[in-house]
Amino acid sequence: MEHIRTPKRSNNKGAQKPHAPPDYFMPVQVENVRLQDRFNTRKPAIGTLYLTATHLIFVDPNSKRETWVLHMHIESVEKLPLSTVGSPLLIRCKTFQTVTFVIAKERECHDIFESLIMLSRPATITELYAFQYNPQATLLDHEEGWNYFSLEAEFSRQGLPNNRWVHSPINKDYQICDTYPRTLFVPTGATTPILLGSSKFRSRGRLPVLSYYHKDNHATICRCSQPLSGFSARCLEDEQMLQAIMRANPNCNFMYVVDTRPKINAMVNKAAGKGYESTDFYSNIRFQFLGIENIHVMRNSLDKLIEVCDLKNPSVGDFLSGLENSSWLKHIKAIMDTSLFIAKAVLDEHASVLVHCSDGWDRTAQTCSLAGVFLDPYYRTLQGFQALIEKEWLDFGHKFTDRLGLTAVEEKEVSPVFTQFVECVWQLTQQFPCAFQFNESFLLTLHDHAYSCQFGTFLGNCQREREELSLSSKTYSLWGYMRKNMSDYVNPLYSREHPVTQGVLLPNTAPQNFKFWRGMYNRYESGVHPRESVTDTVSAMKDHSASLEDHVRLLEKRIAGVKKLLGKDTVLSPDLQAKGDSNPETVVNNPVPTKDSPSEDNGANAVSDASSESGIEDVQSPVNGDSASAEENEEKNDKEDNLDSTNDLVEEAEASEGQDVPETKAEVDNSPSAGAGDSMDVSLNRLSLEMDSVALEWKAFRNIRQCSCETPLDAFNKKYHCWRCGDIFCTRCIDKQTPIPGHYSQRPVPVCRTCYKHLKLESKLS
Amino acid sequence: MEFVELIKTPKVDGVVLHRPLCPRIEGTLCVTGHHLILSSRQKNAEELWLLHSGVDSIEKKFVGSMGYLTVKCKDFRVIRLDIPGMEECLNIASSIEVLSSLDTITLTYPFFFRPMFDVIEDGWQAFPPETEFGRLFGEDWRISYVNKDYKVRGWIEGCAALNLLLGSGAFRQGGRFPVLSYFHAANDTSILRSSQPLTGPNGRRCKSDEQLLNATLRPGKRGYIIDTRAPNVAANAKARGGGVEPEVHYPQWRRIHKPIERWNALQDSLVRLVEACQDPNSSMDKWLSKLEASNWLTHVKDILTTACLAAQCIDREGASVLVHGSEGIDTTLQVTSLTQIILNPDCRTVRGFEALVEREWLQAGHPFADRCAKSAHSTSKQKFESPVFLLFLDCVFQVYQQFPCSFEFNEQFLVLLFEHSYASQFGTFLCNNECDRKKVKLQTKTVSLWSYVNSPEMLRTYLNPLYEPNNGVVWPSVAPQSLQLWSGLFLRWETNKSAEDAAWQEVIHIRHHNKELKSKVTKLRRQLEELQREARDANLLEE
Repeated sequence: MEHIRTPKRSNNKGAQKPHAPPDYFMPVQVENVRLQDRFNTRKPAIGTLYLTATHLIFVDPNSKRETWVLHMHIESVEKLPLSTVGSPLLIRCKTFQTVTFVIAKERECHDIFESLIMLSRPATITELYAFQYNPQATLLDHEEGWNYFSLEAEFSRQGLPNNRWVHSPINKDYQICDTYPRTLFVPTGATTPILLGSSKFRSRGRLPVLSYYHKDNHATICRCSQPLSGFSARCLEDEQMLQAIMRANPNCNFMYVVDTRPKINAMVNKAAGKGYESTDFYSNIRFQFLGIENIHVMRNSLDKLIEVCDLKNPSVGDFLSGLENSSWLKHIKAIMDTSLFIAKAVLDEHASVLVHCSDGWDRTAQTCSLAGVFLDPYYRTLQGFQALIEKEWLDFGHKFTDRLGLTAVEEKEVSPVFTQFVECVWQLTQQFPCAFQFNESFLLTLHDHAYSCQFGTFLGNCQREREELSLSSKTYSLWGYMRKNMSDYVNPLYSREHPVTQGVLLPNTAPQNFKFWRGMYNRYESGVHPRESVTDTVSAMKDHSASLEDHVRLLEKRIAGVKKLLGKDTVLSPDLQAKGDSNPETVVNNPVPTKDSPSEDNGANAVSDASSESGIEDVQSPVNGDSASAEENEEKNDKEDNLDSTNDLVEEAEASEGQDVPETKAEVDNSPSAGAGDSMDVSLNRLSLEMDSVALEWKAFRNIRQCSCETPLDAFNKKYHCWRCGDIFCTRCIDKQTPIPGHYSQRPVPVCRTCYKHLKLESKLS
Repeated sequence: MEFVELIKTPKVDGVVLHRPLCPRIEGTLCVTGHHLILSSRQKNAEELWLLHSGVDSIEKKFVGSMGYLTVKCKDFRVIRLDIPGMEECLNIASSIEVLSSLDTITLTYPFFFRPMFDVIEDGWQAFPPETEFGRLFGEDWRISYVNKDYKVRGWIEGCAALNLLLGSGAFRQGGRFPVLSYFHAANDTSILRSSQPLTGPNGRRCKSDEQLLNATLRPGKRGYIIDTRAPNVAANAKARGGGVEPEVHYPQWRRIHKPIERWNALQDSLVRLVEACQDPNSSMDKWLSKLEASNWLTHVKDILTTACLAAQCIDREGASVLVHGSEGIDTTLQVTSLTQIILNPDCRTVRGFEALVEREWLQAGHPFADRCAKSAHSTSKQKFESPVFLLFLDCVFQVYQQFPCSFEFNEQFLVLLFEHSYASQFGTFLCNNECDRKKVKLQTKTVSLWSYVNSPEMLRTYLNPLYEPNNGVVWPSVAPQSLQLWSGLFLRWETNKSAEDAAWQEVIHIRHHNKELKSKVTKLRRQLEELQREARDANLLEE
């Protein structure tokens, strides 16, 4: 995976050695290893296998193909029976990659096997990769990302506190519930005794608290764990708590209590002194079982699904019946149906909904967050989605360490709960292609990094644990990393203006509408994917248009300039008449029909701007996105209750772009050296340089098999265009961002190494 | 006109129409000779215009004096009409039943339809065989008019003598001797198609047939015969006078059996699939098992696999291919036409695809009238119906979704062809073969579908905004993970596609914007260069 190996150079060399048990970190190199291909067994790739501190890397010198396996991604290692060419080692990854290496010497195979077993399952959390991961300072700041989100900020975005819902300090030192966040929002009617009493009556103290407030009609989604009701126990405070939640919603005289479990599971819990709310004791509630299975069922289901994906040349019948037997899509549908039930109760009946399962951190997290995605367009943006994960998953204590199996925990705690949530969102993006600001790659990256442990974001089982581990000072944040690469995650079809984007999403949950997610579970099966990608093509088209728009602005400026030089009055030219040559802004708006939806363009551009500005900094570039945003964030922290802190990244970036543009323009107008300024200084050389620096045509992705560095480019490699020459490169060859002379805005854009050299040379010459 | 006798109740008021994904309409129902019309008679209100020939089956139910008609259409749409009055309801139902299955072809709607659009280019004349083949096949092949009276028919190797054709024609079922289907100019190979040889139980042979086939091979080259039947089916055919080419007599040819399901099995598959698709309340398990049991995607996979094999023979091995099943008018055509989609970039354009349908389906004699008489809701058990053409379209769709930038047309275009192959105001898909079409003078009496599709304003709606001509061969994946249910067709009336449509609009918009910018930049650059020159000549600009 491209994104995982970004810090490729730095992490192998042993910058982390101090943390490491010395035995396993001697880089091991084994020659003459075969990489077995499931479909092409006749011609296995032969190459060298490297075992580093963090990765298992296979390099095939003939095809220049590299296979990287992050130790933390390894799900299982298995030694297969000896074959004539050596000992095969089967490695399965949590990213659904399966590789088989055949190592000539049994002894070496065994060593690698032993090492991998040790490396892939650290005994304690502090041995995880995140505590050793140390990217170059220019790539990622330590603070970046840790302060993007807070529960207060998210609730204040929802319009809280108000006279119905207030912030309660009752858990500020994790006194009543150690798996909840410090900040809880509760109805104004809930007094401290009620809160305390209710929390005692709920499994693990997870009392009903606010998860989502629907501004439009005051209906809310609240979450909790199951009550300790047993067969007949009741708790007055808990009953009052539910009444308080119901009364906080003036538009409805009842509330739903949704138990996401199948009824039978809830009954079984009764025998253990837990259970569900009895309608006899709680007045005005409508109680509903919704039948999502427990973590063990889900784990088995995924195992079966993987078996189906691993079938060799299955027939359609084998595949479909395997898919059916795995029940995976059935579970996905159950989660969607439950979430839809919750969203519809809020939307159509204006009713508040209290959601719980057993402990209220698995199924409850899935359905509450998914209902949020249905109801609130903000959660469908890049930043909003991250905020949603922070809130429903991290703050409310989804046990990531256990569920993802990050350390050597009990197998039965592991379950693909988060994977299912990510898939549900993917299913939604299939039904509503324009409604999400992020693309499939974003979801996959999120999923993989949850398991990679490269970042501290998903470590720990709850906020208290995260604080104890001092993750924010000892590890890097995934959100910071993702922000740097934002342009890779943007859905080119998303537009803020679109009615679909604005409104509520009510997906069709008839079984025919669910698809098998081959992009996830068969991701590494290069043969099964579409050979041409719509997303990549459209994204490239949008980037190209952005480049050309910028170029048009400069050309128009130049034409006006030369005309002036020639003494031709602007009146003569119909082209210039329309714009008045002192105002380039209108020029851009004029000919470009897309500007009828300006914010859509801004949305996407802003994001790519954010990445290009704060991305890998060009030495020559005066723009320093990093420090700017860091300052902004500090400011934010200063004023905690400030609404500003909920600003989404994109808006932030937009705003900063908004500032940037006039700024750059001013700069440009004042300083001729910046390029777009005084036309008198323009020489013929400069003009031709400008024209040559913007590619009129960008190469199509089709038939591109390798980068100029001979790295093979296939379905897995993200391919990038050089904005100057329009050619296509791999991620390593397009690491430079620099302004190009043909652009009016002079913002740094991606260029290939050759073009970078050209540009440097040209700027030196002039 | 005789229609009057068939329409006992031409008009009923107060009828309520329920359609999938649309609000109900109340209005007046009219039955005309060719249409069922429901109008609320309000301005701007939508009306229903349903061709009788588009009706697949009709069900009646009565509660009190209310009659409920469920009309199931050939395009899989199911509508319900609530008709006050039992007699009215019965009359209307029987009118539709009779009018939807008229025996006399000249009474069908295409013979009455007059285009509401200007025919810029007559679709009947758009793809004459002479130019089509000239364009495709170069000089070694010539058109034979031996079949000009529809006794036998074909385009053949230049050197083949007339007596060979006649001999071979007598040796092949239905006289369908091997003819050229596609010529791959890149390496001089070709696809031929025919019907099965009539070897019979006694192993008859035909020298003319052998010579004819060998004449298509380059010296020293071998060819492949792809038989779309399973070996045992082919063997059984011998008993009934059919058979296969025995290797002894055709030493230069290698025979491969690639069974593809045919006839009733396909029809049955379609019925099951549509039934499964139209049950929104089924559980996930039930849906998946029904989808599997329908076998539809298995058929899709089989056809694609066989077409890939034929394409491989041509492109990778440089060997010519003869494809046949038994009659050479169903599975054979699926394979030969799909192979061309894979190999020939031209077939992935709108015109190229139309030409392919003309050549490989209409002129090749796929019996559309028989195969498409009824669709998925058909209650009658006629044995001629079979969604052969629909399966071909589905296969094209599968390739299209794996190569979304390599086709000039979009999914809607394929859906359109499906609809019109089953019921249409145009004459294109009427009759079973060219001979029948000539007899009823379709060319002069009806309008061609191509005239309609190729008119600029219609064409625009069928263009793929992502199209970039792809001159290569497109090798589709046939893994089950890669094959998807064609939801744009089978779930068309079950799911609201507005979000998807909006996405396509966005793509069109982005593409359009990009194109505009490119031409704008070109224009501005030219302008600037001219000004520059002027300025340099006036010595106002330095080098």
